[in-house]
Amino acid sequence: MTFRKYLVLAGVAIFAVTGDSLVSRGMKHAGAVSLHNLPSIILVVFRPEVALGVFFLLAFFACYMAALSWADLTYVLPTTSVSFILLTLVAKFALHENVSVTRWMGVLLISIGVGVVTQGPSMTHPEKPQQPECVPAPEPARMES
Amino acid sequence: MSQAYAWSAVATIVSASTAGDVLLSHAMKQVGDVSELRRRKGFLALAGTVLRTPTFLLGVTAMATAFYAMLFGLSWADVSLVVPASTSLTFVTNAVAAKFFLHERVDHRRWLAALLVAGGVVLLAL
Repeated sequence: MTFRKYLVLAGVAIFAVTGDSLVSRGMKHAGAVSLHNLPSIILVVFRPEVALGVFFLLAFFACYMAALSWADLTYVLPTTSVSFILLTLVAKFALHENVSVTRWMGVLLISIGVGVVTQGPSMTHPEKPQQPECVPAPEPARMES
Repeated sequence: MSQAYAWSAVATIVSASTAGDVLLSHAMKQVGDVSELRRRKGFLALAGTVLRTPTFLLGVTAMATAFYAMLFGLSWADVSLVVPASTSLTFVTNAVAAKFFLHERVDHRRWLAALLVAGGVVLLAL
């Protein structure tokens, strides 16, 4: 894992939080979406907050695809769950929501989970049948002249 | 009633997003390391290769389904219920799916991480 790859993983987390928060705010302003009015759920994407949120979610998607090209799914998902820690910090300090002790415990569990997974390799290969290792051919005996 | 709507949205999000994650991960492993490909062939060729991978398109379709299920869910219930509930379950279903479909070596460390994150996300929703 290089510094650049950690930056891509950070991008996954940060863009996901920003995108989700913007879409969530836009949806709250739009009010309840009804199954009886299907065009409303398509048109809601054109609301400025939702549109900006979708832009950030596209950036998230690009970083996520890049990460999946060089790391396992079961490595990328727990690692990028840092986004939930960020989401809680945004809820507490930007949206001024009340963050309970239970939620801070959740943040702690996620932090331990991220710590555990990052100790291991980012990419594992499917288990293959053991193949005999190549033994280098012995050097031919030199003819002493 | 709104709880039933919210949980049916959660079930749809979990199924669609697990299918999407597995398909996209499979597609990107087929494509290979994107930074290396971009250096060798350029961005447009890389984008073309990704877009022509069938499992990528299927994965995007599954993700779009999950996204719209999420939009429905968010309009019916709090973001603090729908997002953590669906995501925590997705961590567990993804670990199972990655083991069986992607043949990743999900060792005790990966299981522990998936369960800790899933548990943490549930605590966030309480």
